[in-house]
Amino acid sequence: MQNLDAIVMEALALFAGIADADQLEQAKARYLGKSGALTELLKGLGKLPVAERPAMGGRINAAKETLETALRAQREKIQSQKLEGRLREEALDVTLPGRGLGLGGLHPVTRTLERIETLFRSVGFEVADGPEIETDYYNFTALNQPENHPARSMHDTFYLEGGKHLLRTHTSPIQIRYMETHRPPIKIIAPGRVYRVDSDATHSPMFHQIEGLWIDRNITFADLKGVIADFFGRFFERGDLKVRFRPSFFPFTEPSAEIDMSFGDGWLEMGGCGMVHPNVLRNVNIDSEQYQGFAFGLGPDRLAMLRYGVNDLRLFFENDLRFLKQFN
Amino acid sequence: MKFSENWLRTFVDPPLSSAGLADALTMGGIEVEALEAVAPPFDRVVVGEVLAVEKHPGADRLTVCQVNVGVAPLNIVCGAPNVRAGIKVPVALAGAKLPALEIKAAKVRGVESHGMLCSAKELGLSADADGLMILAQEAAIGADIRQVLDLDDWLLTTKPTPNRGDCLSLLGLAREVAAISGAQLRPLQIKPVQIAIADRLEITLDAPEACPRYCGRLVRGVIAAAPTPQWMMLRLARSGIRSISAIVDITNYVMLELGQPLHAFDAAKLAGGIRVRFARAGERLNLLNEQMLALSPDFLVIADDSKALALAGIMGGAGSAVSNVTQDIFLESAFFDPGVIAGKSRSLGFGSDSSYRFERGVDFSGTAGALDRATQLLLEICGGKAGPVSEAQASLPQRAPVRLRLARAGRLLGITLGSTEAGNILHRLGFEFTVSNDEFRVTPPAHRFDIAIEEDLIEELARIHGYDNIPAAAPIAPAGMLPAPESRRDSAALRRLLVAREYQEIVTYSFVEREWEKDFCGNAQPVALANPIASQMSVMRSSLIGSLINCVSFNLSHKQSRVRVFEIGRCFAVSDQGGHTQVMRVGGIACGGALHEQWGSHPSRAVDFYDVKGDVEALFAPRSLRFEAAQHTALHPGKSARVICNGHMAGWIGELHPCWQQKYDLPLAPVLLFELDFESIAEGGLPAYKEISKFPPVQRDIAVIIDAGLGYQTILDALRREQPRIVTEIGVFDVYQGEGIEKGKKSLAFRVLLQDTRKTLTDAEVDSAVSKLILVLQQCFSAKLR
Repeated sequence: MQNLDAIVMEALALFAGIADADQLEQAKARYLGKSGALTELLKGLGKLPVAERPAMGGRINAAKETLETALRAQREKIQSQKLEGRLREEALDVTLPGRGLGLGGLHPVTRTLERIETLFRSVGFEVADGPEIETDYYNFTALNQPENHPARSMHDTFYLEGGKHLLRTHTSPIQIRYMETHRPPIKIIAPGRVYRVDSDATHSPMFHQIEGLWIDRNITFADLKGVIADFFGRFFERGDLKVRFRPSFFPFTEPSAEIDMSFGDGWLEMGGCGMVHPNVLRNVNIDSEQYQGFAFGLGPDRLAMLRYGVNDLRLFFENDLRFLKQFN
Repeated sequence: MKFSENWLRTFVDPPLSSAGLADALTMGGIEVEALEAVAPPFDRVVVGEVLAVEKHPGADRLTVCQVNVGVAPLNIVCGAPNVRAGIKVPVALAGAKLPALEIKAAKVRGVESHGMLCSAKELGLSADADGLMILAQEAAIGADIRQVLDLDDWLLTTKPTPNRGDCLSLLGLAREVAAISGAQLRPLQIKPVQIAIADRLEITLDAPEACPRYCGRLVRGVIAAAPTPQWMMLRLARSGIRSISAIVDITNYVMLELGQPLHAFDAAKLAGGIRVRFARAGERLNLLNEQMLALSPDFLVIADDSKALALAGIMGGAGSAVSNVTQDIFLESAFFDPGVIAGKSRSLGFGSDSSYRFERGVDFSGTAGALDRATQLLLEICGGKAGPVSEAQASLPQRAPVRLRLARAGRLLGITLGSTEAGNILHRLGFEFTVSNDEFRVTPPAHRFDIAIEEDLIEELARIHGYDNIPAAAPIAPAGMLPAPESRRDSAALRRLLVAREYQEIVTYSFVEREWEKDFCGNAQPVALANPIASQMSVMRSSLIGSLINCVSFNLSHKQSRVRVFEIGRCFAVSDQGGHTQVMRVGGIACGGALHEQWGSHPSRAVDFYDVKGDVEALFAPRSLRFEAAQHTALHPGKSARVICNGHMAGWIGELHPCWQQKYDLPLAPVLLFELDFESIAEGGLPAYKEISKFPPVQRDIAVIIDAGLGYQTILDALRREQPRIVTEIGVFDVYQGEGIEKGKKSLAFRVLLQDTRKTLTDAEVDSAVSKLILVLQQCFSAKLR
């Protein structure tokens, strides 16, 4: 039966060369259709001697099976080629820019304030707030700065017409307001805008401060040093940062310290701190024999300048989008 | 305060370098702001006397000088115009290394020159110089100029804190250095003055609380025009004090040296005795600074029998000032109560070195000593005969003993201090004390005005012990969680919403131009500053709108074509109770394309009211808002609305009024604004689960033609009032006016969703519900179905 093998060979070669689904079906008909070559051979079985029929029948069926398998494979191949072709045609230039609304961004000082809040919240400081127009009492007197105290000249104060009110010169009044309405333990930070009559590359008539206050039975100066040093290390994400505490004077703390951070070969003043003055505690009816604690004030604008390498404070308040967008 | 290190070291000389000394002071609480060398390094510069000056044979502008530097006269070529025979000048010898050049013996235009005559600039002593530096005649020929002018010295500038008036003198600083370093203090030995005349002035203290001690003496026959010695001038100059006359220089010198301000009166101008009293109403005084002052009764004055002579502790009067023909002087050394002087320089608008010290507290135990010291110097420099001291004294400030418990100190500082160390520190500070059972009773000295309570002493212990020697501890405290109110939206969350909608945050000044308040808020009476820094920052804003517009204007002028910014800040207004309201607001502004320029979208459309309305709605989501057409000074009257949330006014939204666009030079593209109360956005609520229907929803559309003037909200409200239970949502999906629609009408297409939680709706139920809605449209608004 040379013929059968030849037919199979011929059919397999034919199928493999077909790339179109319809043509493949037509080719199939030539071998397996009603009058296809294999069908004809099957029909011809009857003419064979009876003894040869089963063997021959078996061989033909096997050949049929071979062709069916080849057809299925070729069909899949054609289909996948077709899909591949379609996908190729559909391909995009994925390098073109995306569309739609863009993103805005936070002001660098807000970014910094939020970061400071996050760090202090992580050790349990709550965020407090207070008014920006203040009275002399909250801004000075309650903070142990009686009228005419030379310390008042440290702050150049904006007064409102009428003379009874002023723009807070620091966020410390929030300490007083908070302690008036809360009993120890007190553990807060209070960010906000503050105002002083001053304007140059390093001073703005409006700037930001963040106040911290922790009052409890045994909060010490050593704790203050620990918290502040921890903060600077975390804020700048540097383990090698040096922070030093230098004796200083603030009317509302005793002992008081200036916080310096190592910067290049020297030191930079980063804020003030100290143990809350007993007079301040007395002004809010907290017994200073029972309770003690620390307060600090930091300059977020300065921290933002150092963190992002901004060299002129005024840039923060000019609101040039070309500047602001650099922090998005 | 600025001073010479060498001068300080005459009082205390710790084994520290200049930088080490500055650092010790800083870490002891006396911040040294600056440490500068008096002169840069140089050597082989000596005092030389110019013996003869001849013209240089080969150059018109040069001279050839014979200069005596102690050995054989040197031939030196000089180019300075002020060279002349007889003057003494610094001479850089051959081999000298000056800051900018090295001197060699050489021929200058053919003439041998063995050195250089120097200007102050060439020695690095001043930035510019006009010719040679001319030295005092008494300068010894051949002496090293560094010694003659005391140039191996450093200038320290301290930044005194207001509590440490005692550190405003060399003596006071020396005391600190001694306490901090442990070095021995060598106080000035003031010898008693030889009394040569008996003349004295009677002193009367009319205000003994304000002036509890007053010392004075007459010195007759002084030579007022005597020159101030160079050593004194140098020290004064290094403290930044210009030499005026020997008498004034001496008073300044002793003030720097001992911290006691002094004043010298021309005794010839005084009538009768000295009276320290408060000014009389209407009294006038012409001050040394030529300011005529109308005195008020809270000013303390030094007066004679007929008139006020000086503003006590602040400034002398012109009428009794010493001049270079003065012969007899009356020298004053007094103690004025800090409270009487404090605040005066602020109300006057000027202060003096004297008032600066008195308002911080001057050592009342040194009053007479300073007078003797000054007299001594006066007699040495100006001659004359001194009279006895007249002294009037009332009750001086008390230095009550202060209790210091070591346990308390330890508890506050977080360290353990032993009784011996504490005692050593107090001793070094010159504090007297007794101690029993770790409890000290400390009497602060007269020069310390800042030690009143236990904490003041604890600070002293801490700073002398060294802040650096207190460990940085990790605090130990109960670990409680912080509240986290879920129903409130904090400012950080709000900011992020705005950022996600492409708004950039800005921070602007809270004080604005008065005109903005008028134009954008109709506010003729804004909260005004009494002392604004500039007229465009003179009133507190009652709205963020002006600042937002200003930001847009600034950025458009810097070539930005699209601006979307927001700010969260307080707005200020006078409240009914006479105080102020200070509400936090959120304001936003948008102009330019609705989207940033991008490929493949429609030609860019400008941002409009509804874009920004969508932003505002997103801020309040999931709560729904109502918008009521209303008019606002800043906004286009037909494109502005009040934003209402839960029945409360939450703010405004609208397009900037075209007249302001013109006035403020903004391009006439729409500028959209919103301003909302932060509190109304912050108030949220918790989500509450409602059952999800298992049955399919049905969607129906209703398109009607109605009057163009009818507001969507009005129609929606009517539909909602009447809607059958199974209607779950009504929304608009198309609004059309124009071709095919009658003028004055518009087409509105509603999409209605219907659903039941209990069963699948039948067509009949749906039809009936939709008919109900159509009926409402027809009956209430004469709508025609499309």
